[in-house]
Amino acid sequence: MKRNPLQQFWKNPTRRWFWLFLGPVVAAFIIGFVWPFAQGIWLSLCKFKTISNATFIGFGNYAKALSDPSFTHAFWYTALFAIVSLVLINVLAFAVAYALTQGIKGSNLFRTVFFMPNLIGGIVLGYIWSMIFDGFLSMYGTSILMKTEYGFWGLIILMLWQQIGYMMIIYIAGLQAVPEDMMEAAKIDGAGKWTTLFKVTIPNVMPSITICTFLSLTNGFKLFDQNMALTAGQPFIIQADGTVIKTTEMLALNIYNTFYGSNSASQGVAQAKAVLFFILVAGLGLAQLAYTRKREVQQ
Amino acid sequence: MRRQQSLAAERRRKTVMSVVLAVICVIYVLPVLTVVLNSFKLNTFVKTETFAIPTKESWAGLGNFIKGMTFGNYPFWKSVLYSVVITVASTALILIFTSMAAWYIARVNSVFCKIVYYLCVFSMVVPFQMVMFTLSKTADTLHLNTPWTIPVVYLGFGAGLSIFMFVGFVKSIPLEIEESASIDGCGPLRTYFSIVFPMLKPTMISVGILEIMWVWNDYLLPVLVLDINKYRTIPIHIQYLKGSYGTVDLGATMALILLSIIPVIVFYLICQKHIIKGVAAGAVKG
Repeated sequence: MKRNPLQQFWKNPTRRWFWLFLGPVVAAFIIGFVWPFAQGIWLSLCKFKTISNATFIGFGNYAKALSDPSFTHAFWYTALFAIVSLVLINVLAFAVAYALTQGIKGSNLFRTVFFMPNLIGGIVLGYIWSMIFDGFLSMYGTSILMKTEYGFWGLIILMLWQQIGYMMIIYIAGLQAVPEDMMEAAKIDGAGKWTTLFKVTIPNVMPSITICTFLSLTNGFKLFDQNMALTAGQPFIIQADGTVIKTTEMLALNIYNTFYGSNSASQGVAQAKAVLFFILVAGLGLAQLAYTRKREVQQ
Repeated sequence: MRRQQSLAAERRRKTVMSVVLAVICVIYVLPVLTVVLNSFKLNTFVKTETFAIPTKESWAGLGNFIKGMTFGNYPFWKSVLYSVVITVASTALILIFTSMAAWYIARVNSVFCKIVYYLCVFSMVVPFQMVMFTLSKTADTLHLNTPWTIPVVYLGFGAGLSIFMFVGFVKSIPLEIEESASIDGCGPLRTYFSIVFPMLKPTMISVGILEIMWVWNDYLLPVLVLDINKYRTIPIHIQYLKGSYGTVDLGATMALILLSIIPVIVFYLICQKHIIKGVAAGAVKG
């Protein structure tokens, strides 16, 4: 920001107001984020039962986390889920948004309905859909908890229902911002519907695509409530060495279960998993953002 | 002639699209409708006749709703009350304090302000699992574990997004307005509350909607911070119906789910325009 007269004028008086304006947020931010974050990093390098008697052990927790088969399974399961849901959500949301910007009758009503599931919380969504899937699957004498595939596709359907409307809103905003004259120019130059879509419309809504892919990817990786309420990791597989693999358990739920499961000695490992999870989510988001930003049209 | 034909084709295409979308719309509403149907069914019929309209046999009347009130060893009205208290207090706290902080950050712009701002932006990419264990311990030590004090935790963990949005908006307000106010003798406090605060209204609504949606539906933060034997919110209540011993009464569960989504849908239908605008504004945070 450029220097401005106000800054000079208020330099001293405003400084005095620091405690009133910035104080409360800074205090709460330290309590709610900065301190827990720093302490979390420190504890991931420690062995501890309670926070007060933590002893430094280096990267042992990370080694244990990475060699935990349930964690690696959760990682691949989550990655697959995030990619499948990213593709499906974005393709469908874009299609719906495209249809709704063609000036057809009832567009507003459709938009209202498609967005509605977004307001229902993850836990409630999970129980609604678990009832629906079980009502359906019980006709075939099975349940969503019986097969990993059911849990996977069940969660995909749930997420589609919840997220399409949200992404649709962002795409509609993007589509409405495409310059009208550009579309007309394409038409005059004799471009067909599909050519116009791929050569004019899509490059112009690239910012919306950036946002939506970014959001659906990180949402997929961070998913917790829906996962816990729908299957809670069921069905379980007990391996030969006695370790249990929860086949539909995603990363966030795996971390939660490592923290608050029956084995209280594993909290250091859980914190190490949480740090790895943080690096993954933050890294993915940033990498993906940088990649899509490059492909945006310069206006 | 050609033109008329293509216009007719265009109209036909639009009608087909309308019909297709209408069908999808109906499919979209079905899950909610299923909840409504099953909240009036006796427990045993929910699993066997999930999609059937209640018959004389399976009709439970208001039984599920009455049962649901005390179901799960915790009164439902208490969960509703705590959900409302936490959501309202947290949102109010976030709106007042982060907008003040954002104004200060945008206008004073010192090194410390920049550090706070970038830490806030950074906090937006940190998943909750990273801090959940240490945060719940910190909240316990500081006695922030009641519905009346948990808003402080929400203010801390949720500051990032709202600071980011407010700072962006404040930077777009021309300085001259505040300058003339200060020349007329307004101190910072007066300038803020009588000049800047009213101008922030559109962003206030957007941020407020986002915070309400987040806090109302949040499960993990309150379940880890609150003492759940004493205090529950609606999501915690629903989750612990399954956890409480014995078999789950699906009919009663559906009745409670219906009761908990009705206010949300009503709220949505009333403030639809603001909600959609707020969500679109919040999404641009990337």
